[in-house]
Amino acid sequence: MLTLLKTLCDVNSPSGCEGSLASFIKKEIESCADAVWQDALGNLIVHKKGDGTKLMLCAHMDEIGLVATCHGEKGQVYVSALGGVFPYTALYQRVRFENGAEGVLVPDGQEADLLKDLKLSKLYVDIGAKDAEEAKARVALGEGAAFAGAYCEQGDTVIAKALDNRAGCYALIEALREAKKNKNDIYAVFTVSEELGLRGAKAVAESVKPDYAVALDVTRTGDTASGPKMSVRLGGGAAIKIMDHSMLAHPIIKERLQNLCKERDILWQAEVLERGGTDAGAIHLTGGGVPSGCISIPLRYVHTPGEMLSKQDLEQVVALTKALIEEGI
Amino acid sequence: MYLSELVKLAGVSGNENAVRSFIKERIAPFCERIEIDSMGNLMAFKKGTNNCGKTLMLCAHMDEVGLIVSRITEEGFLKFKTVGGIDPRVLISKRVSVGAAGLPGVIGRKAIHLLTPEERKKAPKVKELYVDIGAKDKADAESKVAVGDYIAFESAFVPFGDGLVKAKALDDRLGCAILLELAQESCPWDVCFAFTVQEEVGLRGARLCARRIKPDMALVIEGTTCSDLPETEERAVSTRLGKGAAISLIDGATSYNRKIAQQLYQLAAKHDIPVQFKQTATGGNDAGIIHVSAGGIVTAAVSVPARYIHSPVSVISLKDYQAAKELTRLWIQEVLHADFA
Repeated sequence: MLTLLKTLCDVNSPSGCEGSLASFIKKEIESCADAVWQDALGNLIVHKKGDGTKLMLCAHMDEIGLVATCHGEKGQVYVSALGGVFPYTALYQRVRFENGAEGVLVPDGQEADLLKDLKLSKLYVDIGAKDAEEAKARVALGEGAAFAGAYCEQGDTVIAKALDNRAGCYALIEALREAKKNKNDIYAVFTVSEELGLRGAKAVAESVKPDYAVALDVTRTGDTASGPKMSVRLGGGAAIKIMDHSMLAHPIIKERLQNLCKERDILWQAEVLERGGTDAGAIHLTGGGVPSGCISIPLRYVHTPGEMLSKQDLEQVVALTKALIEEGI
Repeated sequence: MYLSELVKLAGVSGNENAVRSFIKERIAPFCERIEIDSMGNLMAFKKGTNNCGKTLMLCAHMDEVGLIVSRITEEGFLKFKTVGGIDPRVLISKRVSVGAAGLPGVIGRKAIHLLTPEERKKAPKVKELYVDIGAKDKADAESKVAVGDYIAFESAFVPFGDGLVKAKALDDRLGCAILLELAQESCPWDVCFAFTVQEEVGLRGARLCARRIKPDMALVIEGTTCSDLPETEERAVSTRLGKGAAISLIDGATSYNRKIAQQLYQLAAKHDIPVQFKQTATGGNDAGIIHVSAGGIVTAAVSVPARYIHSPVSVISLKDYQAAKELTRLWIQEVLHADFA
């Protein structure tokens, strides 16, 4: 059992509500850092001194979720999406608000009618409150909620909610701990609000001003009946990003990562993702431009409570991240 | 009253000159220094009494939504594009003022009896509309107007009902007016009054202000949507007119520091200032770009609800205006004790 990964997934951390996860990660990595601090948005920044070249490694702490926007007379809690929530996936899911209140996302009307054109605005969270007053007492306006999805390991796979991007956080923490040395100045950043538009990364890129940046995030796979047509598959190893909708990976980073894989016998696959983006997409356009890339963890059923990854792939991602920290750019 | 004067000025995004001059002249006596950057953002700096070296940025945008001339037809009519988010349905039969000279015009469309049944069912497109300035032909129009001239709504400041006001450009001249009024008072932190440009076309000016000032906290004063209207579901009501200053928790561009939002709300409640949280999670304002600038800036937004926002006839309650002003005034003093962690 990957205990650290399980704990990371079990902590709820919807966008804008990353405080608990940041506190947990801070404790986990404090011993292997020269300095740790949080900025005004809550980005957690870990610095390890090196040769003066700044290499920023990013993993976002937030997961998709919901936010309470209104209370109904019958105790309904109406919500908006935090990030890419698909209404069909969300229907009848269990959710948990920050303060612990639990509920179910249910149709606001006749299910058969709503299903024809399901929208999140046609659902509400039933928290079992009898009226608006009781609902307000349990869930305040603006409170965030995460979807439930218990962690489970089965053979080589892990099934859980929020593997996007606790898998990236896990890999960054493990690599920081396992690295025996570091060449560059390492700024390992656990970012906020990636799912809302790479917001934390935009801010932190302006304060760290990195020379190079690599994001650790998940990517989709083409190995299921429902997946997009793409070559990445579970069990194919660490995915080195060529491109996604937010960025073309810089040759310096792509080649460096590929060479590190060859040198250290790490299983890797190339990733071309048509849609989606990562923190690197925001970072590479800051300053005068930052050569950036991504180490991706193949993940099936992204943004559902049953996201699925391969432990072997995750091990390869840890090994590659560790190699990057040790050998630098 | 600054507000009634400010809304009279034309200041469509990118053409904030008149608004900037008005503000500069009036704020100068109360500030140590004024800077105007390359985009036209006006920043007025006031030294704090506390000498703690911390800066509060108060932010309001000078620009308003409007139109811009894109072509002059053979018949002398002006074709135009929208500047900022405008629902084309609000445009027909409205009065406008064209160019620096403020040439009067009206917006027209093919008459209802000439529309096909299909056309009648659909909302008009901007390309089906034109501005009529009474020119007799293209040459006549060209002697008064050029492609690229701005077109602003023409709409008087009219108090009515129970303390309500109708005008154009209340979004965000109300913020400008509040800042102007508060600039005259002392402040513990250093305060930068930032009057930004081009908010309506994508928060463009505020980014530069945030980077230049790097404040310890930013408070955005805005006009926001108000949909407390008939046939609107409760969950779609963002704010209510007359129910006080609206504090943002989340919108399409920012997930606000909730601790600060709560402190603002409690501060208002403590002083019997009417206050409400903005419901719904859509829209956005300068906070969206400020909070992710300069390494991350703690940002809050206090808004005045405005019905029919982005139209020539926006409506606010002066009670809400006063509430937003009083809350901002208190915050300028209380920011010393705010818990930012």
